[in-house]
Amino acid sequence: MADEQKLFKVKIDNITVEVAPGTTILNAARLIGGDVVPPAMCYYSKLEGSGGKCRTCLVKVTKGSEADPRPMPKLVASCRTTVMDGMEVANITSPEVVDARKSIVEFLLINHPLDCPVCDQAGECHLQDLSYEHGVSATRYEFKRRTFDKVDLGDKIKLHMTRCILCYRCVFTADQLTEKREHGILGRGDHSEISTYIEKNLDNDFIGNVIDVCPVGALTDKTFRFKNRVWFLKPMDAHRNCENPKCCGKTVLWMRGDEVFRVTARKDQYGEVEAYICDTCRFEKKEASDWVIEGPRKIDRHSVISQGHYVGTVKPEETIVKVMDGRAPKLLMDIHSVSEVNRPEIDLSKIEGPAHSDDFKTNGVQHQQ
Amino acid sequence: MGRKLLLDKAHIPGIRYYDTYRGNGGYAAAEKALKGMTPDQVLDEVKKSGLRGRGGAGFPTGMKWSFIAKPEGVPRYLVCNADESEPGTFKDRYLMEFIPHILIEGLIISSYTLGANTCYIYIRGEYAWIPEILEEAIADAKKNGWLGKNIQGSGFDLEIYVQRGAGAYICGEETALIESLEGKRGNPRIKPPFPAVKGLWQSPTVVNNVETLAAVVPILNIGGEEYAKIGIGKSTGTKLISACGNINKPGVYEIEMNISVEEFIYSEEYCGGIPNGKRLKACIPGGSSVPILPANLLFKTAKGDTRMMTYESLSDGGFATGTMMGSGGFIVLDEDQCVVKNTLTFARFYRHESCGQCSPCREGTGWMEKVLKNIETGKGKMSDIDLLWDIQRKIEGNTICPLGDAAAWPVAAAIRHFRDEFEWHITHPEEAQVRNFGLAHYADPLPVAAVPA
Repeated sequence: MADEQKLFKVKIDNITVEVAPGTTILNAARLIGGDVVPPAMCYYSKLEGSGGKCRTCLVKVTKGSEADPRPMPKLVASCRTTVMDGMEVANITSPEVVDARKSIVEFLLINHPLDCPVCDQAGECHLQDLSYEHGVSATRYEFKRRTFDKVDLGDKIKLHMTRCILCYRCVFTADQLTEKREHGILGRGDHSEISTYIEKNLDNDFIGNVIDVCPVGALTDKTFRFKNRVWFLKPMDAHRNCENPKCCGKTVLWMRGDEVFRVTARKDQYGEVEAYICDTCRFEKKEASDWVIEGPRKIDRHSVISQGHYVGTVKPEETIVKVMDGRAPKLLMDIHSVSEVNRPEIDLSKIEGPAHSDDFKTNGVQHQQ
Repeated sequence: MGRKLLLDKAHIPGIRYYDTYRGNGGYAAAEKALKGMTPDQVLDEVKKSGLRGRGGAGFPTGMKWSFIAKPEGVPRYLVCNADESEPGTFKDRYLMEFIPHILIEGLIISSYTLGANTCYIYIRGEYAWIPEILEEAIADAKKNGWLGKNIQGSGFDLEIYVQRGAGAYICGEETALIESLEGKRGNPRIKPPFPAVKGLWQSPTVVNNVETLAAVVPILNIGGEEYAKIGIGKSTGTKLISACGNINKPGVYEIEMNISVEEFIYSEEYCGGIPNGKRLKACIPGGSSVPILPANLLFKTAKGDTRMMTYESLSDGGFATGTMMGSGGFIVLDEDQCVVKNTLTFARFYRHESCGQCSPCREGTGWMEKVLKNIETGKGKMSDIDLLWDIQRKIEGNTICPLGDAAAWPVAAAIRHFRDEFEWHITHPEEAQVRNFGLAHYADPLPVAAVPA
């Protein structure tokens, strides 16, 4: 029998957890969960070498270890710093960390517009969440922001560099997941930008995953772009027998009625995909019949996507018949039959965007089917 | 006349060439090490000497060398950091250009001590003519049996390669240098792991500055203990200082670290004073990244002691009333110089040289430059000074590598010591545009107590 591995005791925001040696502070915090988990914009556990760049996950190590209790002199990136036995870490309990994180948000928002109302990533943007939790309503930056034209990276992916926060995740994804890498970071400093090698497109079996790993709305799916808001869609777990051996075939279908609006990989609570999917599953299988639908995906109730998305609800017991001694209620008037509002012949799922009163107008223009 | 250990032969005609260097006692230290000492004995001498890294950080060299991991069957590397790019610093250039063999000799001894059989000199791209000088010196050393297989019959093998950088300041940071040397974009790595454990090609690597490695030669020649007697306290030995700015005799000087700052600026042996009898306003003693110090704090520490040209004395008082030795890029500003413009120039440099990996440095350096430009051109607001202070505070300590700190410190020190000059730019926008300063009062030493913490 192998020797039992010694676990390291780490205290994060006064909560103790035991983890295997080599675990990062961030992953130790994820074992605890809740508010003690530092945010991460560039770290992605599935991508080797990621993390340490955005600096949103900075924490204060107040005690280095049992053997060397000295605190670390600077804040450290929790995603790249491994724990030591007896280490004590302050995350939300450290005003210094909270202040630093607020600063990072301010820096990130210099060149990332908070145009959530028009951004296709709204509702599932990590920076939106981060700025909501740590940002301020006004910026002190008074200079012209850098802007870029939108670029088509092939026929399926659109790059809007204006929103890019240079987290490097897509670069790592292309580097580690696909057989050829044709994009990367050009320039340096505040002139850095994601771009492709001259005139090249992102064209690879797995390149669609760059959309999933992008924490903001810089890389978007052209087959879904502006078709719908995510909170109007119902995410359903689904799978298919994908012929690509590297693809797990397990996805989330974002549906409205029977219509599949987009297909994504399944993500965990930290927004990281559980397993990558191929481009065929993502872009080409847009019929419900292509998939075996498993059921509604569990969505965190705090997420905007949970809007109108109920799982495991219990219908209240019908009591009218009981209180009327078994008699059925008498319908005096069917409002639907006399009202002109209800138009059963209109298929709501065919309407692009949320339904509007114009869609039900009887005189003049009808909605577009 | 101060003692010279690195530049003692600099005056000899033809010292750049092997025969002259060898004929004047060159390679004696390498001979001593390879033929009569074990690597541990050499390391011991370096430790005894108290040599501190001359690239800027000032970390004890012997201790750094002792950190190197020694796994079986894994090669070790020595990398000479010749990417001297800090504005105001040009002392390594002098060594490499005029006495290249002292560096080669230092590399042989250091590689032998570390057990490294391959050594790289990573040289700044802008030093376009120096790689040829180094390559010629390497070829001559090899021809005479100081490089290659079984050096001088010692059983030690060493090859030295010169690698030209593409001209990026960030590649002077040791992990960015390693990335660049591996053929990748010169972005700093996140530490740990440190290069001593996983450096070049994931092998244990030591990265040292040119002057540090060259200093190993006199240490072996005179012995570690003798070397440690030069200087004061933990600032042992001699230090190359590249002096520039408003001084009569700009150039590279080798000083014993036991002279005062005042002597260095005003003595005929070194800088020779300020041109045209003008008064001293401020000094940046360690290259552009170290805090600027006003004249009133430059000659005396806050405690009233004489400020010496040592690591400890220059940093006495912390950043409130002190500065740093840094790389020894000594920049002097006379009474006519504009601190705001000077700070803007540095800010522009750091903005341009930021690698862009981490958010505070990428975004913060650009923001600071823009705010400074507004102030410098008379378009600033009073609140901009506090904003600037806040931005630098948020960059410092929050970045992957020290470039963020290097960008923040000059701004912080300029505001700390010359806040009224910033205010003057804002309240006198038109005069600021035509540079009619009327700020000569800054040359008069202010009472120490007037300096805000």
